[in-house]
Amino acid sequence: MPSLNVNGSVRQYDAEPDTPLLWVLREQLRLTGTKYGCGIAQCGACTVHIDGAPTRSCVLPVSSVAPAAKIVTIEGLSPDGSHPVQKAWVALDVPQCGFCQSGMIMAAAALLKEKPKPTDADIDAAITNICRCGTYNRVRAAVKVAAQGGAAKAAGLAIQHADGSTS
Amino acid sequence: MTIQLSRRHFLGASSAVAGSLVVGFHIPFASVASAQNAATQEINAWVVVQPDDTVVIRIARSEMGQGTLTGLAQLVAEELECDWAKVKTEYPTPGENLARNRVWGNYSTGGSRGIRDSNEYVRKGGATARVMLVQAAANDWKVPASECTVEKSVITHKPTDRTTTYGKVAPAAAKIAPPTDVTLKDPKDWKIAGKRLARLDTVDKTTGKQIYGMDLALPGMLNAAIKDCPVFGGKVKSFDATVATKRPGVKKVVRVGDSALAVVADTWWHAKTALDAMPIEWDYGPNADASSAKFAEVLKAGLDAPEAVVGNEVGNARTALAAAPRKIEAVYSYPHQNHATMEVMNATVRWTPERCEVWTPTQNGEAALAAASEAAGLPLAKCDVYKLLLGGGFGRRGAVHDWVTQAVLIAKEMPGTPVKLIWTREEDMTHGRYHPVTQCKLTAGLDANGNVTALHMRISGQSIVASIFPANIKDGKDPVVFQGLNPPGPEASIGYSIPNLLIDHAMRNPHVPPGFWRGVNFNQNTIYLECFIDEIAHATGQDPLALRRKLMTNHPKHLAVLNAAAERAGWGKQAPAGIYRGLAQGMGYGSYVAACAEVSVSPTGTLKIHRIVAATDPGYAVNPQQIEAQVEGSFAYGLSAALYGECTVKDGRIEQTNFDTYRVLRMNEMPAVEAIVMPSGGFWGGVGEPTIAVAAPAVLNAIFAATGKRIRNVPIKDQDLKKA
Repeated sequence: MPSLNVNGSVRQYDAEPDTPLLWVLREQLRLTGTKYGCGIAQCGACTVHIDGAPTRSCVLPVSSVAPAAKIVTIEGLSPDGSHPVQKAWVALDVPQCGFCQSGMIMAAAALLKEKPKPTDADIDAAITNICRCGTYNRVRAAVKVAAQGGAAKAAGLAIQHADGSTS
Repeated sequence: MTIQLSRRHFLGASSAVAGSLVVGFHIPFASVASAQNAATQEINAWVVVQPDDTVVIRIARSEMGQGTLTGLAQLVAEELECDWAKVKTEYPTPGENLARNRVWGNYSTGGSRGIRDSNEYVRKGGATARVMLVQAAANDWKVPASECTVEKSVITHKPTDRTTTYGKVAPAAAKIAPPTDVTLKDPKDWKIAGKRLARLDTVDKTTGKQIYGMDLALPGMLNAAIKDCPVFGGKVKSFDATVATKRPGVKKVVRVGDSALAVVADTWWHAKTALDAMPIEWDYGPNADASSAKFAEVLKAGLDAPEAVVGNEVGNARTALAAAPRKIEAVYSYPHQNHATMEVMNATVRWTPERCEVWTPTQNGEAALAAASEAAGLPLAKCDVYKLLLGGGFGRRGAVHDWVTQAVLIAKEMPGTPVKLIWTREEDMTHGRYHPVTQCKLTAGLDANGNVTALHMRISGQSIVASIFPANIKDGKDPVVFQGLNPPGPEASIGYSIPNLLIDHAMRNPHVPPGFWRGVNFNQNTIYLECFIDEIAHATGQDPLALRRKLMTNHPKHLAVLNAAAERAGWGKQAPAGIYRGLAQGMGYGSYVAACAEVSVSPTGTLKIHRIVAATDPGYAVNPQQIEAQVEGSFAYGLSAALYGECTVKDGRIEQTNFDTYRVLRMNEMPAVEAIVMPSGGFWGGVGEPTIAVAAPAVLNAIFAATGKRIRNVPIKDQDLKKA
């Protein structure tokens, strides 16, 4: 059986070689955090990291991914939601419906790894994901919060969290 | 090991408490209402208290990103005086609602009604539960309840220095007769409601744990893909099932009604690719020649048709127009648009001759239940719907549950096996319930001083109500057509006083099915009126804000938000070089909204929307930070529509099939949004939709200021913006 390296584990799968990686992740490996949105690499809901590069998995034949290539999905970005991008997202209550947010977060995490202090233009260029609820401005603000080491107060949203903190 | 779902064992205390998707031993997303678990104590329909003081608040309306789950919980918790840090939520199923005489009321989550329609009874639910819990403690202590106080789920009797908690007294409280009359708090005393609280449902959306309808997995589940006839009203003529059934994993080819075919397979990808490979011949039916161009001709004729239904009339506009020394006339139009929710339509169904169960993202669980019952051929009591979080709703998942009907019909062919139907994006784009297509002719009469003496707005076009709720058409009138143009009143009223006013509608219904699309008819009506007011201002040499103020003196709430947006944006002051401003205002969904847009247009005609200042008066603001999120999101949605949103029809079918041909706004185009939330009190307005309506006209008016070009037909993408 062919295998993939996903979130640090070697996982076997049973699918035709031209099956998109997305559907192997979702249907074979039950990693449903990565979403189907368009199937033509337009919306970015299916974004995962392959050897660190943000990749739209809905058009990528699974057979083109080497067994040793390191795939990271939203479930593997951190063990407990503690990645700086995830923390910034929670601090600023970024998601609305949330469906596109796995892809947004994966795109943002890849950007920050490459450019720890991204400009607005960097953000525009790297995060081309579609969000129909319109979270774009909070996405931008959260990327900046993550880039600034989690200083959520600077975003000025004054959100009161259940633990008593304000961001 | 195969677990029989019909065992209906509920090991999780509740869906909220179980937290994550657990399949096999319990029905995923069934609520604690149906759970037989001694650890939970229902105080009343809205409030369940657990021994550790966890409070589970029941939410009837659907969460689809708009934050209603958190907002409704805030309202219950406010009156309950519970510890917000220990609040969880769950959905009672529509089947449970029916079984309990609709104790949770209406499930419909549309029209920005989640909070404004239910705030009173959910607050009473919280207050009633509080009284019962406090009474239980008082009974235990043998003291008057009036001597007890409560804060954060802790009940205190100061005179004897005793305390207890909701968790401890819940079993006794549940046995106390509920009070028949409770007093609700004055909103000025709110501690949980009205605050900028974080949403209750954020964390799982950042880790991939959140389960949407598309993500559901049940033991033994199969997957289905579907193709409906590309032309609405067409049918399947013939198909060769053997091509599909030979392919890997395929279990069955199912004809779904007259017009659709589905393939059921082990995986969705197998089902989808087998369906793609299967030769299908369609009978395109009576609409095979229909096109947007032909619709436009039909609608154009309606602009001057003698027969029309009046929505708002003051004085005698026809006479006044005939007598006016000067007239201005313009014709506007608005196209079909798809909701394009990020999550495509999907439902999972398990059908047996005795029972039909549906797991689906829906804006109206009860409507989904009705659709399931009808398709299943089973009475409502033998069906239920388990609501899953929606990956976007925007009206697509509310009134019509065509995908649920399909999924039930497919599952019926495989009794006992759960089948998950997922549409492709292409299916979703071409089988929507589209924003209605309309045109509008506006004629204004002006006196010698440029005062507006008369206005006639003739709307010609499609009626959503005639298509979806035809019984609600009375004397040929679809009242929803006049959203934002109604006479003065609490809903969607026009903000201008014009001495002779006539707003009427000539209904013209193309075959493309219309639907409630976030903002609905308020969207195009506000473009028509607000851009035309701008036209009048420029034609008469008046400042657009000054003209509006003159016409709005009898509409102080409309005027207040307009003034707030204009002032914050700096209207009347010099804008930065190359930046031009435009205004729009309106009232819909019970709220007053206004926006000032700042745009630039390059010499080659490239538009950039720099900044939007938006003001909202929703009466009461239950969670201001989430209202701000709704306002921001409304600009993404409304500006997507204004810039790109258009579904055209050729040969009877929708031409745009995916996000490559149906563009939407992305991050690089999103303007800065400054949201002013200014609740004036005394009424409850919605916030999910109204702001959509002012997005396009504010930008269109700013484009005119920048270029001198009046755009009367959206989307803007089709327009040449080079300076006139």
